[in-house]
Amino acid sequence: MGIHEIRMPDVGEGITEAEIVEWNVAVGDLVREDDILAAVMTDKATVEIPSPVEGKVSSITGTVGEMTAVGATIITIEVAGTGNVAGDKAGSPEAPAKAPPPEPVTETVPPVVPVKKEIPPAKPARVSIPAPDVETKPPRPLGAKPLASPAVRKRARDAGVQLQYVHGTGPAGRIVHDDLDRFIAGNRSAGASAPDADNSVEEIRIIGLRRKIAERMQESKRNIPHITYVEEVDVTELESLRQHLNADAEDEKPHLTLLPLILRAMVIALKDHPIFSARFDDANDILHRYAASHIGVATQTDRGLMVPVVHHAETRDLWDLAAETKRLAEQARDGSISREDVTGSTITTSSLGALGGIVSTPVINRPEVAVIGVNKIVLRPVYREGVLVPRKIMNLSSSFDHRIVDGWDAARFVQSIRSGLEHPATLFMT
Amino acid sequence: MERLTCNTLVLGAGPGGYVAAIRAGQLGLDTIIVEAATPGGTCLNIGCIPSKALIHAAEEFEKAVAFSTESPLGISASKPKLELKKTIAWKDEIVTRLTTGVEALLKKTKVRSVSGWGRLIDGKTCLVTAADGEITISAANIVIATGSVPIEIPALPFGGRVISSTEALSLTRLPRHLAVVGAGYIGLELGTAFAKLGSKVTIVEAGDRILPHYDRELTRPVSGKLKQLGIEVLLNSTARGLSDSGNELVAVDGEGTASVLKADKILVTVGRRPNTDGWGLDQLDLSRDGRFIAIDQHCHTSMTGVFGIGDITGEPMLAHRAMAQGELVAERIAGLPVAWDKISIPAVCFTDPELVTAGLSPEAAKAAGHDIKIGKFPFQANGRAMTTGHEAGFVRVVARADNHVVLGIQAVGSNVSELSSQFGLALEMGSRLEDIAATIHAHPTRGEAVQEAALGALGHALHI
Repeated sequence: MGIHEIRMPDVGEGITEAEIVEWNVAVGDLVREDDILAAVMTDKATVEIPSPVEGKVSSITGTVGEMTAVGATIITIEVAGTGNVAGDKAGSPEAPAKAPPPEPVTETVPPVVPVKKEIPPAKPARVSIPAPDVETKPPRPLGAKPLASPAVRKRARDAGVQLQYVHGTGPAGRIVHDDLDRFIAGNRSAGASAPDADNSVEEIRIIGLRRKIAERMQESKRNIPHITYVEEVDVTELESLRQHLNADAEDEKPHLTLLPLILRAMVIALKDHPIFSARFDDANDILHRYAASHIGVATQTDRGLMVPVVHHAETRDLWDLAAETKRLAEQARDGSISREDVTGSTITTSSLGALGGIVSTPVINRPEVAVIGVNKIVLRPVYREGVLVPRKIMNLSSSFDHRIVDGWDAARFVQSIRSGLEHPATLFMT
Repeated sequence: MERLTCNTLVLGAGPGGYVAAIRAGQLGLDTIIVEAATPGGTCLNIGCIPSKALIHAAEEFEKAVAFSTESPLGISASKPKLELKKTIAWKDEIVTRLTTGVEALLKKTKVRSVSGWGRLIDGKTCLVTAADGEITISAANIVIATGSVPIEIPALPFGGRVISSTEALSLTRLPRHLAVVGAGYIGLELGTAFAKLGSKVTIVEAGDRILPHYDRELTRPVSGKLKQLGIEVLLNSTARGLSDSGNELVAVDGEGTASVLKADKILVTVGRRPNTDGWGLDQLDLSRDGRFIAIDQHCHTSMTGVFGIGDITGEPMLAHRAMAQGELVAERIAGLPVAWDKISIPAVCFTDPELVTAGLSPEAAKAAGHDIKIGKFPFQANGRAMTTGHEAGFVRVVARADNHVVLGIQAVGSNVSELSSQFGLALEMGSRLEDIAATIHAHPTRGEAVQEAALGALGHALHI
């Protein structure tokens, strides 16, 4: 019987510590090779740690949310043969005090597996609850009459419950009185009836991506004096163009949203105002101005805000931009996005779509110097040549690093974007 | 002219109408029911009840005849005599008891009965022609329960020798030769009864079999009994009319061969149609469903405040459907959250042997896309059936193959009408085969065959 140690892997890019965001095993669990033991998060990405061996988890070091040094032992596993720990240490597997530099641990460090790769689903080692007898629970196809006794049917009607929405736990999926009770109880708690005063306070540990977001936002606001500038853009023609392109698009082309058009307008405006595609190293007072336009696109995911990056937006045509933003958004949402896709942006755009509101005060994605916020499109009466006409109006709410960008320059940059959006032909005249 | 107002007006006091009125009365609705004849409708007066009385008398007579010949039971009796007049009087007495019962129930629930011919003027008003003048009734809600009438065939208009079931149930002299046109359940029930009472019965049916709405497996024992009773069934034959003398019925078969049937009476039972005439339907803008009045799951017609129940609203034209609708409609008017959600409307033919269907037949279940299991148990293997001397028939259970939910139960056999309630209950409760199989069925009863059929579908029937 030996002990196999697993250490915090070196996830590269000179990172010295990583945060444990999830334990998939507990002490005493039996694990097989390739079972996922834990997930750790660096500044850039979440990495899962698979087990290189088969055995029993004998110790776990660190709690969820804790920052752990690269190379520190995080799990020990009792294995059948000899482990990777010297025999006399088997009784006390905790041996992290060597202050290991990243290099010497390569042997013991399991391969880094980016989440993107296909990983067999973690097999929980704990005894699973047997699946309910499926034979008694056939799926109720749409429109099929729910199975319930006349008394249950009557009670449901009296309570205003439509039985097709009630899950039946009885034989053959029959809805019994208890099912109805459960459904009614569930609905009531979600309903509008006055709830009881609830004095409980839940303690939620801010970990993982959420903590990352918190840190980044805090740093941005602490370090950057924001100046926010809001301008109104008439997107009537742009929308008409977009609808036309969508209507005429061949099947293989992606559906065009507003986003690729905004990216295109930003690319054009950046040509005249290159200072906005930049990263400001404020510790060394150096501004890195980029010839390329690597545009970050703030994306809401289940876990929180992520900013995937459209690299070299200036080299992409409209359809390419559409395809790329779609891919990035999908991968950000399903968690399969690669580290490269979330690094290196030089300017960012942020849109809440239909929830975009009238005005927002976007926070700069530090160390960039500008963020272009997109508000929602509303049909408004507008004076045109003395006549009130309905136009589709959208606001751009943009923030700039006032240390680098003066209000005047910010305004000119936004006006340049606006000009492109209001005269869509100019977006394609380069 | 007298003027009355009420909350709910029920037009027609058949089983649908009187139940609607009683329930409305129970719920405190100010209710008036309008009926030109005796309450009880077709069912109590000229349908279900009198026919069952006659069928019972015929069965008793058949037994007595059997005792006067050679009886395996060891009972002998002298040749029985029939006084049909007395039989009919006995039947009439039962009918009277029941109809006066209905009157009492209506009174008890404070429903006002208006006797006279009602005609709807619009969706809120009914004009009743009563014995002592006209009455105008205004109502917030109107329930149309005008029922159905026998279908007349042009070749044989009712009158003289040509009678409908109504007259057949009040004959005081037994026809020596009775021709029945139509081998549906009414024709077979009455034809069988008259044959047992001593008439020579011939049945003319246009289709290729009797009881065309039921599968052959179910109707086979009935065909056998018809033959045993000496009833001649002419299939694929059409009644062409009376002979020149007016004393015979002329029927033509598929090949065009005409036969002339002796007939003191010709009973036409080719079905019933909704009674849409004479009560003002043309005054209302009601959507129709074929010949019927279209209703929704609340028995509401296309006109606000106008409801329809019973035979006027569609198939199956059965009293118990009308009663269930009547109850529902009253509760609906009273504001209760009811809706039509029945799984089955069992149907019974009081033929010999009796026939019951509830839910889906094997064919209907397959047509609905179900994979099915079928369990069948013959009464030949049922102790109680043997001890009554009626072993014909079987019980058949149809269930889903995947989860064993019972989709339908059918039976043919003596007295199986009494099993229909169990069939209905099993279906409404959403029973599985296991539920029926695991329920103790008292021994010795015919009901054991139901349990055995369920066991059979599960693959382990015990007594076969």
